[in-house]
Parts: sequence; C-alpha cells; structure tokens
Amino acid sequence: MAETTDTASAPRTGILEWFSGTIGRFLVSLFVPIVTFIVLWQGFIFLRDSDAPKLVIVLVAIVWGVGGVALLYVVTNWLVERMSPMWRDMLQPFVFVGPAIAILTWYLALPTVRTLWISLHNADSTQFVGLQNYVAVFTERQMFIAFRNNLLWILFGATLTVVLGLLIAILADRSRFETLAKSLIFMPMAISMVGAGVIWNFVYEVKGVNDPQIGLLNAIWVALGGQPQAWTALLQPWNNLFLIVILIWMQTGFAMVLFSAAIKGIPGEIIEAARVDGANEIQVFFRLIIPYIMGTIITVTTTVIIFTLKIFDVVWVMTGGQFGTHVIATQFYRQYFTNRNFGFGSAIAVVLLLAVIPVMIYNLKQFREREVF
Amino acid sequence: MARVFYENVTKAWGDVIGVNNLTLEIPDKEFLVLVGPSGCGKSTALRCLAGLEEITKGNIWIGDRIVNDVPPKDRDIAMVFQSYALYPHMTVYDNMAFGLKLRKTPKDEIERRVQEAAKILGITQLLDRKPKQMSGGQRQRVALGRAIVRDPAVFLFDEPLSNLDAKLRVQTRAEISKLHQRLGTTFIYVTHDQVEALTMADRIAVLRDGVLQQVNTPQHLYDHPGNVFVAGFIGSPAMNFFSGTITGTLEEMYVDSGGVRIRLPQNEVEQLGAENIGREVIFGVRPEDIHHPQYIPAGVKEQLIEATVDVTELMGNEIFVYLLTEKEESFIARVDPRAHLRPGDKVKMAFNSEKVHIFDKATEKMLATPKGTESAA
Repeated sequence: MAETTDTASAPRTGILEWFSGTIGRFLVSLFVPIVTFIVLWQGFIFLRDSDAPKLVIVLVAIVWGVGGVALLYVVTNWLVERMSPMWRDMLQPFVFVGPAIAILTWYLALPTVRTLWISLHNADSTQFVGLQNYVAVFTERQMFIAFRNNLLWILFGATLTVVLGLLIAILADRSRFETLAKSLIFMPMAISMVGAGVIWNFVYEVKGVNDPQIGLLNAIWVALGGQPQAWTALLQPWNNLFLIVILIWMQTGFAMVLFSAAIKGIPGEIIEAARVDGANEIQVFFRLIIPYIMGTIITVTTTVIIFTLKIFDVVWVMTGGQFGTHVIATQFYRQYFTNRNFGFGSAIAVVLLLAVIPVMIYNLKQFREREVF
Repeated sequence: MARVFYENVTKAWGDVIGVNNLTLEIPDKEFLVLVGPSGCGKSTALRCLAGLEEITKGNIWIGDRIVNDVPPKDRDIAMVFQSYALYPHMTVYDNMAFGLKLRKTPKDEIERRVQEAAKILGITQLLDRKPKQMSGGQRQRVALGRAIVRDPAVFLFDEPLSNLDAKLRVQTRAEISKLHQRLGTTFIYVTHDQVEALTMADRIAVLRDGVLQQVNTPQHLYDHPGNVFVAGFIGSPAMNFFSGTITGTLEEMYVDSGGVRIRLPQNEVEQLGAENIGREVIFGVRPEDIHHPQYIPAGVKEQLIEATVDVTELMGNEIFVYLLTEKEESFIARVDPRAHLRPGDKVKMAFNSEKVHIFDKATEKMLATPKGTESAA
C-alpha cells in the first residue's frame, strides 16, 4: 500500500523538484519577463500603427494601459519574491515606488532641470548668457509690477480667504442652517478658474453712461447715483483687488470646509470645561479653538499662499495682464509663449518655483509634525 | 460653600425626556452621588446644574439664588469631566491656571494656588508637561487640580474614574473621598458604578429613566431599597428576585414562589398586615444572606431551600454559587470558601429568613423590608 503511493507520486515530485531547481528557476525567471515584454511591446506597436476603428483602439489602449501596469507590477513583484530574502527586502520597495519615481522624474524633475538650463540661455536658446535673464527678471519694470501684484494677492487674497473661511466655519457650526450655508459657500469651488473669470467679467462689465448697465456691480453703483466705472482698469494698483475678490470667492469654501472639519474635531468637553472655567465665547474662540486648530490654519494658509503665488487663469481671463494686473505666472506665459523669449520666460518660471519652494517645505514640515504622513 | 437644590427640574429635548421632574436637595458640604444605568439622566442632571444644558422646567438653586439663566462661568462651580477635557496645547500649570487667569486673579495668587493644589495631588513635578505626555492617572489628577484651584462652591464630577484601570480607580476613589473631607465643599458625583457610589457617598440618589427612585445614605439604600430597581441596582452580585405570593396567616406568614418558601419574621408580618395575604409579590434575598448549610453564621434564622448547583466561581475569600431551585428559579449565593460544592450537587441552601425584601408585583414598590443594621436600634 505504502509502496504504490510512493511510486505514484514519484514523477510529480520529480518535476516539481526540477522546476524548483536552480536551472528551472533561472529559465522561468527569464521566460516570464520576456513574455511580458513581448505582450507589452506588441500592444504598443498595435496602438502606434493600427488602422482599426477608433473604438477598438480606445478599448485596447485602456486594457493595455491598465492591464499593462498591473502585469508589469505582478511580474516584477513575482521576480523579486523569488530572490533571496536579502535581495527581496532591498528591491521590493522599488517595485512599489519605482514606477511613480520614474514618471515623476520624466515629467517633473527633468523638465525642471531643462527649464533651469534654458533660463541660462538667450531668447532662442542658442547662446549661453549666464545669469543675465535673472538680472532682467529683477530689474524690469513689468516684472516689478508682477511681483508687487503677487504680493497683493498673498496679502489680501490669502489673508481674507483664511479669515473669512474661519469666520464662516465657526458661525456655520452654531447655525441651524449649517449644511445649506456651507453648501452655498463651497459651491464656487466647483467652478473652474476660467469659468469664474467669465462670470466676474460680467459682474464688472461696464457700458456707456446712457446705456443700461448689464454688469451687476455697475448696475448697483449707478442705481445708487454713481457713474459707471471700469472697475478692473481703475485706480492701479488697487484694481487688483477686484481680481483678488474672485480668488477669495472661490477659495473661501475650501478653507471653510477644512476649518469646519477641524472645529468639529475639537472634543465638546474641552469647550465645556473652558466655559465652566470662566471663558466667554470670544475667549473660547481665541484661547481654545484657534490654538487647537492651529495646524489646520497653517496648512490652509500655506496652501492658499502657494495657490496665489501661482495665480494665472483669473488674471489671464479678466484683464490679460493689462492695467497693471500682471502677475509672475502671466508674465512667464507672455514672455515664453507670446514673445517666445525662452530664456527670459524660463528665468521667471524658475524664480516662481524658488518662491514656492520655501512655503512648500514649511507646509510639508507642518504635515510631518502633525503626523499626516 | 453652598447647598444645591433641584426644584421640580425637567429637561427634555422635544419628546425625549432626560430628567423628569427631579426634586433633590443637597445640603452644604455633602458628598452626593447620582447613580443609575447609562441613559438614566444622571449626567444630564449634572450638566443642567453646571449650566451646560438649559432646563425645560423648574428651578435650580445654588446657594440662595436661582441659577437657571446664569452662564456656567458665573455659577461658582468646577467640573471634572470623564475625558478630563484638559487643554491639549497648554502645560499642566497653564491648564490649572486657566480659570484663574480668566478671572484676572493676581499672578502670585495664581502661583500660590496652583502650587498648593499640585502639592495636594502630588503632581508638582508634572507642572511643565503637556497633557499628552502624561498617563491617564496623571491627567485625572490634573483635571482634579484644575477644579481645586478655582475653590468653587460646588464640585461636579462626571464619571471621572471610568477611564482609569481597576487598581487606579480604587486608589483615586479613596483620594477623592479624602479630598472631600479636606476641602469641605459640596461634591456632586455622577457614576454608573454602584461600588463607587457606596464607597464614597454621604448620600446616594438613584435615577432611572430620568426619574429619581430613592435618595438616602449608602447603608440605608442597601438595607432598605425602596423598589425593585434600587434593590437590583445596589449591591454586587445583584439581589436574587423570586416572584411569588404571600400565604398563611398573621401568626404564620410565608412568601412562596414555588421553589422558595420562607416564613417571614414578626417585624415584616407587622409591616404587611393581614390585607396583603394573597398578594402577588416579588421578594428578594441578597446573595450574602444565603449560606451553605454547614457554614451558617451565628444568629441567622435559617430556612433551608432545596437547590441544585449550576456553576461555582471561586473568588478567593468567598464562592459565588449559581443555583437552581426545584422550580428552575435561578439564584446566586455568596458562601464560605470552605464550602465544597460541585455543579450538579443537590444542596439545601440556608436562606436568612430575616433578610427578605418584599415588593409589590404590580408597582414594584417596597411592601416590607428587613431590620437593617442602622435601623435596628
């Protein structure tokens, strides 16, 4: 009885042993990646050269794209799992983050380096000019206006967004109409920057003195007895504030939602303890709620500052940078794409990047301290 | 220093009633414990007193003024919360000094009071720490300290020990009692734990579904529970209940559940009188009043009841025995650890016939109560 079992199972174990043997493992390890590569390569060739109907190509692209990533991951992971524990532990992290790093390098890091390189060259990148473009960035009057405006954006845009967001969050928290109020404030977040620009263009629209005013602001202004005004062209540099209002209108919802969540995270007993301890509502707000949600306030502030530093769409749609409303990003666009001065444009981009980086680092440090990640 | 008086206080949220027409007077310097199962309204009653909830009807008095519309900060109370509710961004010192700073107390006075409270509680070395750097027991002390420095007229405690481990709970229990003696202030303490209530209170108020069931000293509550709920709630393991009838005559009166038949002592016969013969009742006997037949303490007038052992639990100094009567009525006895009982054993358990609590079956109110240790005199 025992013997028959032995003989029956002998060939199977043999094959298994052979497969798990060194040569078998090596061959399999070689064979699987090769097959994978062929499959992916064929998919690529098909997508590049095929004249099949569009729908088929789209479907193949989806299957090839999503499936390809999965396949690549499974195969590399499988390969790494077969290695000795030492190698496995060393290589496995790269299987997971490798693709992301590769994509970030290709689409983010390399272009940054390239921009830096171009910024050291002349307009059509034919001649190395050293830091000349940077000297121009910090000496041209147009650039000075852009820097000043960005400062205005930060000063008024970021501050008012945070203050209003906090105020609305705290008021809504005590209101019976909290959901409705918050939905209304949050709604502009759903509109694209360009869309918001178009909407506000109508609000600021100006017509002749004798024509009916279709712009909301002028309609109110005229009804109150004023003369129609071209708001976004007036009183430079304060006309920037009319553009900044748009950002506030859009971003207050974002700030409010985060603040609201943070406020709701404060244990009720702490607030009650403070009330029993003798604090009035204003003291509760400044001595308890504000310190408690300080982390969120810093995060929101830095996020909005980064956003205002990079502001582009609103200005581009509203004024195109006229009437002294240019900001760094619009100047960069104008120099690089309109004037095709690649060196100067790149230099502006690099300066903008350098301005954002410290805020970003501070933001990340805050995240780390609060153990967000 | 103040007495507290709940005068017909009702707290309701729409149809949901938290506290139902509560009238309760707490004299100055008393340690009163509000006890009851969760959701009984005890915390609500406390929060109404603190001013954290507005009352729907009635009056709350602190000292000689009605505080219905007085905000918490002006009620001269301090409260210790279940979660301690320490301010996480402040050091221990600042946590304790916060209330005094808000009241514009002079700096050196704050310093003196905080140091003194820290010394009482043994947390002087922790004054520079932040709450998250401390253990639960230490946080609890800081919460106590924050209340002490304020020197309020009334201390309120909302289940302050429920987040501590068993050992620390026992220790802190004693410390709070000591603190009460030392400060001589009115303490109002909410807990669901009847052991805490029995060990600490001058008087206990038992609440159920927002309604006050009984207020009295721990011993009185234990010896003479006014209804089935209080009888079952106070004491651990809980009192055994049997449902039965009063039988016999004025000369020889019994309670009889079928499985348990006990001849009632003279004083209970007098309490019941002839009119209750034949009445359906619930009668209760505490586990410690049921003994193993071989280990009956002196002076006990026993009544032997046939029962079968179901489960035994050795506690070291005693044994909890779960038994079934002939009519499958289950009950628990707390017997001498020398008693030798195994599941399945048939045994004649000795009920102390002078310790039977009798309640009306319909109203669950007390009809006859045994002679207590305090009322014996």
